[in-house]
Amino acid sequence: MRIELTVNGTRREADDVWEGESLLYALRERLGLPGSKNACEQGECGSCTVYLDGTPVCSCLVAAGQAQGREVTTVEGLRDGDDLDPVQQAFVEKGAVQCGFCTPGFLMSTKDLLDRNPTPSDPEIREALAGNLCRCTGYEKILDAVRAAAAERAR
Amino acid sequence: MTSTETRTAGRLGDSPLRPDGTLKVTGEFAYSSDLWHDDMVWGVTLRSPHPHARIRSIDVTDALRVPGVSAVLTAADVPGENAVGLEHLDTPALADRVVRYQGEPVALVAADHPETARRAAKRIVVDYEALPAVTDPRRALDADAPLVHASHEDNLVRAMKVRRGDPAPTAPVVVALDFEVGMQDQAFLGPESGLAVPDGEGGVDLYVATQWLHVDQSQVCRVLGLPPERVRLTLAGVGGAFGGREDLSMHVHACLLALHTGKPVKMSYARDESFFGHVHRHPAWLRYEFGASDEGELIYAKADILFDGGAYASSTGAVVGNGGTLGLGPYRIPSVHVDARGVYTNNPPCGAMRGFGCVQAAFAHEALMDELADRVGVDRVEIRARNGMREGDLNITGQVIDSAAPVAELIRTVRDLPLPAPRAEDPDIRELPGGASNTTHGEGVVRGIGYAVTYKNVGFSEGFDDYSTARVRLEAVAGEPVATVHTAAAEVGQGLITLEQQICRTELGVDQVVVHPKDTGVGSGGSTSASRQTYVTGGAVKAACEAVRTTVLRRAAASLQRTDLRLEGDKIVAESGEVVAGLVEVLEEPVEETVEWRHRPTSPIDPETGQGNAHVQYAFSAHRAVVDVDVELGLVKVVALDTAQDVGRALNPDAVVGQIQGGSAQGMGLALMEEIVVTDGHVKNPSFTDYLIPTILDMPPMQVKVLEYADPHAPYGVRGVGEPPTISSGPAVAAAVRAATGKALRRVPIRPEHITF
Repeated sequence: MRIELTVNGTRREADDVWEGESLLYALRERLGLPGSKNACEQGECGSCTVYLDGTPVCSCLVAAGQAQGREVTTVEGLRDGDDLDPVQQAFVEKGAVQCGFCTPGFLMSTKDLLDRNPTPSDPEIREALAGNLCRCTGYEKILDAVRAAAAERAR
Repeated sequence: MTSTETRTAGRLGDSPLRPDGTLKVTGEFAYSSDLWHDDMVWGVTLRSPHPHARIRSIDVTDALRVPGVSAVLTAADVPGENAVGLEHLDTPALADRVVRYQGEPVALVAADHPETARRAAKRIVVDYEALPAVTDPRRALDADAPLVHASHEDNLVRAMKVRRGDPAPTAPVVVALDFEVGMQDQAFLGPESGLAVPDGEGGVDLYVATQWLHVDQSQVCRVLGLPPERVRLTLAGVGGAFGGREDLSMHVHACLLALHTGKPVKMSYARDESFFGHVHRHPAWLRYEFGASDEGELIYAKADILFDGGAYASSTGAVVGNGGTLGLGPYRIPSVHVDARGVYTNNPPCGAMRGFGCVQAAFAHEALMDELADRVGVDRVEIRARNGMREGDLNITGQVIDSAAPVAELIRTVRDLPLPAPRAEDPDIRELPGGASNTTHGEGVVRGIGYAVTYKNVGFSEGFDDYSTARVRLEAVAGEPVATVHTAAAEVGQGLITLEQQICRTELGVDQVVVHPKDTGVGSGGSTSASRQTYVTGGAVKAACEAVRTTVLRRAAASLQRTDLRLEGDKIVAESGEVVAGLVEVLEEPVEETVEWRHRPTSPIDPETGQGNAHVQYAFSAHRAVVDVDVELGLVKVVALDTAQDVGRALNPDAVVGQIQGGSAQGMGLALMEEIVVTDGHVKNPSFTDYLIPTILDMPPMQVKVLEYADPHAPYGVRGVGEPPTISSGPAVAAAVRAATGKALRRVPIRPEHITF
């Protein structure tokens, strides 16, 4: 089948999509956007998180066909031209990135959190990011990054 | 201020940003599963459903008929020797007539879509004859146990003895225990994946996530029957490793398919396949006995350690070596009797994981140390300080500990760190065991505190020729000096590429350092394991920079007709301090040097006594865990997990802390939640739904105290950092749960039912 959708503000289409393909697969393998990650492909790790019409979803659990006609934002769409989003900047500066495979998902979840709650407490941060697994950092520097991003956005 | 005093940022001791950080936050960093090539096809693996079976026949006819399929391969299609392995060539690339564990690769399919390939794989008909399986490692050495490998006389991979001091020691106080450690998974997030591209001339380029390109290359070459110049490997982006990428996964398979189809082949495991696609941490059964004086001073220690190696050896021999030589912990013990064994079974193969043989032993020796402390009435911290190794001591293999061994300081340091506040009268339920599940408001919740101190070897041991190669090139680009550092040492997330830049900046005084892609175009960088890369590849980069500097100064001496020169920053300076030339002025031609660098040699240990200088360096760490346990439901909340570690010298302090935090989380995971459940040789939980790793809700705040006692024998004084936190954190957590519950808890991970029943 053919799908048409808007990704990071650009109209995109893909042909010969098999009905069983996930949105994650379509983004990574058909639309040249491998930033969303494939760590578990069963909705447990959050590494594939994208926004579907503004709502964070695990793109591995969304059929590509379900994105027909809708707006998708991926990690590749976070930055504004050459400028990193404050969340991206904070993850780099605070050492929240090691292997980085979980990072795209954490960025999407963090930005969503800060859009909803600009000054989250630590328990609120932990709750909001509980669906994202990281195996490298032990999460301390991720918390540092989220706090720093919140502070930067408040400036 | 003279110009020679200007100091570029990002030198050793600084914490510069990762050079790949921006790429990783923008989604542009190319991980091994992100690779793509025009005209590529997808490879998938058919795996054995049986833990032990004979393959009577394989019929691929139906699979080949599936439209879109371009190849179906079995062992019969292997052109070279069908045998790989890190220590023993005991592992077929594709099963040949017999399968020895559930999940063993049997056949490969290439097709134009991964789903097509998966469906075709299901149409391969394999006629299996199930065979009796060895699934209890405690029975693997019985005379009537089935043989996992018919070519071996028994199921023993390695047995090690360590004997020292009085062969029949006695002591006024004797404590003993049995302990069991479950099978942990590395659970790196980036799946096994890569892209093999045929070169059209019978060779292949493989882009893959790994921990050691050159040891992969030699194994792939053996199976393909090709020389190394025709099998070139380049490191793709690595989504974590933790030991799980030391062995081959899809490497050979993708190359076989690529050479067979003439097309680029991509392979990328799904998570369930990943649980079958790499080795795990060895489960272990440990029996320990300490004899001590009435004051708690150790007189002797005995240990019997059994590791389940699973169906293939992988690095079981070296894990046994670590368990045997290090398994009694960082203590002064006059008389020692250790037996460590690793056995073949028909369970999943086990091999390297962060902490490598020391993690399992640490749970036992630390639990027993607590028991000894309680028996003799000595504080649990003080008994460790009293018995702790010190510099100059002999360890249990008779090796002199010839650099810092601050065991007493580490354990007292964690004791003295601030404790978390007591639980509030009306606590936020998110801070309690069970969290937002609202299982308690504090009733039935008991707090406990536990301590552990452990140690581990750094680098490869027992006489292994452990070296790294570095090539450093210095040239003028647009009037600026630029260094390029080329090593094959794998960056897996730990930050080696940042460190390579820091070393070049420090040694050569340049701002700009390019990290060349990691590939087999330069000599081996050794394995990214055993906490060794900062030490060994760092040592190689340092040595290569020194060679470059020598050449630069020789060149300057020739052109300036004087010999009193040195390099300061990017200036060439005379003895008087006068700047006589800029660095770029002597770089009309680039300077390039390649150096192979080795740490001090180690020795094999004596097979009868276990004595010898087995290791090059030891790294020590301590943890204090504070837990709240809902003793009615068996739920545990780790409230604090604080640590102290001697890192020799922190070359990148932020990265050091990041390693310690992440390593602590993995140790905690083994104590409380992480286990691959294997029943009769079958894995029951190959998913992140059923195999749990710590989330941000599970992890507490961590205070990290870094000690820096430089090792005079190591480059810059460094001491390996990555593994120690994974060794000491778990035993501290287990001890805290024991303290809260009063239960013996002689098995990890501790499950709720162990607490409530």
